[in-house]
Amino acid sequence: MIMSDEKQHVLKYLAKGIRYDGRKPLDYREVSIAYGVSRSAEGSALVKIGKTEVMAGVKISIEKPYPDTPDKGNLMVNAELRPMASPLFESGPPSDQGIELARVVDRGVRESESIDVHDLVIKAGELVWSVSVDLVAINDDGNLFDACSLAALAALKDAKMPGKTENNKADYDNRTNDKLPLKHEPLEITMFKIGNTVLVDPSPEEELNFDARLTVACREDGSLCALQKGGAGELTIEEIDHMIGIALEKSAWLRKKLAR
Amino acid sequence: MPYPKRFDGRKFDETRPIVAKVGIIARADGSAMFQIGKTTAYAAVYGPRTLHPKWMQNPKTGVLRCEYNMLPFSGHGERVRPGGGRRAREIGMVTENALLPVLDLREYPNAVVDVYIDLPQTDAGTRCAGICAASMALADAGFEMTDMVAAVAVGNVQGSIVADLTYEEEQNKTETEGVADTPVAFMPNSGKLTLLQMDGHNTRADLKRALEMGREVCKKIVAIQKAALRAKYKGE
Amino acid sequence: MESLHMNDKDIVVPGDLLASGMGYLPSKGSYRDGEKVYANRVGLLSVEGKVLKVVPLSGNYAPKIGDKLIGQVTDVLFSGWRVDLFGPYSAVLGVKDATSEFIGRGANLAELFGLGDLIVCKIVNVTSQKLIDVSLKGPGLQKLKGGRTLKVNAAKVPRIIGKDSSMLGMIMQATGIKIAVGMNGIVWIDGTPEGEVVAVETIEKIQNEAHLSGLTNKIKDFLEHKTGKKVVAQAIPAEGES
Repeated sequence: MIMSDEKQHVLKYLAKGIRYDGRKPLDYREVSIAYGVSRSAEGSALVKIGKTEVMAGVKISIEKPYPDTPDKGNLMVNAELRPMASPLFESGPPSDQGIELARVVDRGVRESESIDVHDLVIKAGELVWSVSVDLVAINDDGNLFDACSLAALAALKDAKMPGKTENNKADYDNRTNDKLPLKHEPLEITMFKIGNTVLVDPSPEEELNFDARLTVACREDGSLCALQKGGAGELTIEEIDHMIGIALEKSAWLRKKLAR
Repeated sequence: MPYPKRFDGRKFDETRPIVAKVGIIARADGSAMFQIGKTTAYAAVYGPRTLHPKWMQNPKTGVLRCEYNMLPFSGHGERVRPGGGRRAREIGMVTENALLPVLDLREYPNAVVDVYIDLPQTDAGTRCAGICAASMALADAGFEMTDMVAAVAVGNVQGSIVADLTYEEEQNKTETEGVADTPVAFMPNSGKLTLLQMDGHNTRADLKRALEMGREVCKKIVAIQKAALRAKYKGE
Repeated sequence: MESLHMNDKDIVVPGDLLASGMGYLPSKGSYRDGEKVYANRVGLLSVEGKVLKVVPLSGNYAPKIGDKLIGQVTDVLFSGWRVDLFGPYSAVLGVKDATSEFIGRGANLAELFGLGDLIVCKIVNVTSQKLIDVSLKGPGLQKLKGGRTLKVNAAKVPRIIGKDSSMLGMIMQATGIKIAVGMNGIVWIDGTPEGEVVAVETIEKIQNEAHLSGLTNKIKDFLEHKTGKKVVAQAIPAEGES
C-alpha cells in the first residue's frame, strides 16, 4: 500500500543510515541457496534472500538449430511472476514487471557468455542442445532481480546433461554426470537510489518509493555484461560509477556463496 | 496376471513417503507444501479479496477459484510450456469441487478466494497432491472448514487394486488389463467423497473396492495434514 | 456417553473431534453433527465448563459495527470519500460523519482527506452485501499523518493490543512511539526510526508467539533488552493510544 507521504518517512530513516528493517543501506538480508530441489529438472536451485524466494529449473533438450545460426545451440531464460508469490501478481499473460525481469536476467546470462552457445552444438546445422532456464517467484518480499539472477546461475551450475537416445532425442531416463559447459558466472546486483542514499536488496516498501534503480550484471573477472536503469528519476555519471563499484563488490561476495 | 508386488515394493494400500508443511509462502494468506513420493505441490491462498471481473461476482456467496499449474521444469521429460491449457483448467475445476463441500463462503459475498497450486516436480498423482496442499493452505489461512480434504489416486494395476499410483504404474497397460487411474478425494469424518474421476478400464466391483481403499488411505493422509497444521504452532 | 476428546489450550484443526455428547455446547469455531462436536478452524481450544470455543490463530477480518479500523482514502465522492479497508470490501465515509464542523455544499472534499491519506475510523453500518459505512466521530478517530504501517494477521490483533491495552502500553513505554491498531489487521506507528524498528520487531514477535502463554513477560523482557528501558505491564485507559 502506498501512503501519500511514505517517501518522506523512508527518507527520515535513511538520514539516520538505517532502513525499515534496521539494516544499513548496503546490507543484504540472509541469503541461502539449495541445489537439486526439483528432481524432474536437469538442474535446479532454490534461492532465499530474506523472505524472498525464487526457484530456478533448467531443462535441456535436443533440437534443430535456428536456420540462420546453424553453429549455435539454444539458451533461453524465462521468468514467471506466479500469483502465489504476491497479492499483486495476477494469473494470465506476463505483466510489464514480469517481462522486464525475464529480459534483464536473460541478458545477464546470455551476454556474459556464461555458456558459449557454440559449445552446445552436437552436429552443426542439424542437432544442438537447447537449454532453458525457468525462474519462478515463490514469495516476493523485494529484490526479485537479484534473487532470480542468483537462482539462474545456481541452477546452471547444478545442471547435468541428459543422455542421448538412438534417434538423437534427449534421454531423460539415463542422465549423465556431465555438467553444462559453463564458462562464466554472471551475477546481477540491483541498486536503488532513494533521495541521496544508494541501497541494495530492497524491501517491498523501498521498491515502491524509489527514485531510480540500476541493475548491473558482473562477471567473475570484473567485467560488466548488462545494465538496466529503471525508475523515472535521474542518475549522474558519478552515481552510476559508484553503483557499479558496489555491484562488483556485492556480486563477488554472492558468488562465494555459490561455491560448491 | 495379477500384480504380485509393486515396482517399488510398497503394500497395495501404502502411499509413497509424504512430507507436509504449512506457512511456507510468507506473503500468502495461507500456504502449504505437500510432497508425495517425487510429486511436490505448493498451494498459496489469497482471500477473501475483491473479485475481478465484476461479472464473476456472486452476491450470495464468495467464489472459490483454483488454478493448477505445472512449472516448466516439472515434467517427466521435455519442458512444459507455461500457460496451463485445457488440462490445467479442468483440474482447477475439479479441485474447486473437491474443496467446496467443506467450505462456507456465504460470509464473503462478491469476493473471491484464490488458490494457486504450482508443482515444481511431478511423478503422477499431481491433482491429488494439489488438493491435499490446497486443503492445508485454506486451513492455514483461517477459513472455516467442516473437515479437511485429502486426495489420492487409486487404480487397478494388472488386476490388483492399489493406492497412490506412480508414473510407472500408470503407464503399465497390457492388452487385457488396463490401469484404471482413479483420483479420489474424501472428507474423513463423514467418509464422503468430493472428487471422482477415472481413466481406463474397470469393473463395478473393483471400482467399489478401489473407492473403499481410497477412503481409508485419505483418512491416513488427513492425519498427516493435521500434524503439519499443528506443527506450525509447536514451540518457538 | 459424554466425553471431551481434547483439552483446553490444545491446538485444534478443522475436523478435529472435540467432544461427544449432547451436553457440550459448540460455540465459535466449532459445530455439532449429531452426537459429536467438531472444530471448524485452526485455533486454540477453549473449554469453559461445557462451552467449547476455538480462538482463531489466523484468519481474515469480518467487519462488525463498532470496530475501529485503519483505512486509506482511495477516492473522493460526491458527498464523502471511499476508504480502502485492505480486505475485499471498501467503505464509505460520508461528509456528515467526517467532522463536526459545517461543510458547505461547494467545499473541496479533497482538502479534508486526500487520496492516500490514512484514517482511524469506526464502522457504523454493515449491510448483508458488505457495504460499509464508517465514521470519524469518536474518541481516538482521526486522520493519521506520517508514520509507517504494517499488515498483521487480523486474528492476532487482540494479542497485539493486550489486555486493557497493556501490550501496546509496554511498546509505547520502551520505544516512545505513537501507535494505532485497526481490527482489520493494520498497525500504524510513528516515532523515531530506531524506536519504530524495535516496535516492528516486537509486533512480529507477538504474532509468532501469540499462541504461547507467558507472552506478556516475554515481550516485557524483549523490550527491556532491546531498548535498555524499564518497562511495566499495566492497563491503559481506552482513549490512551495516539
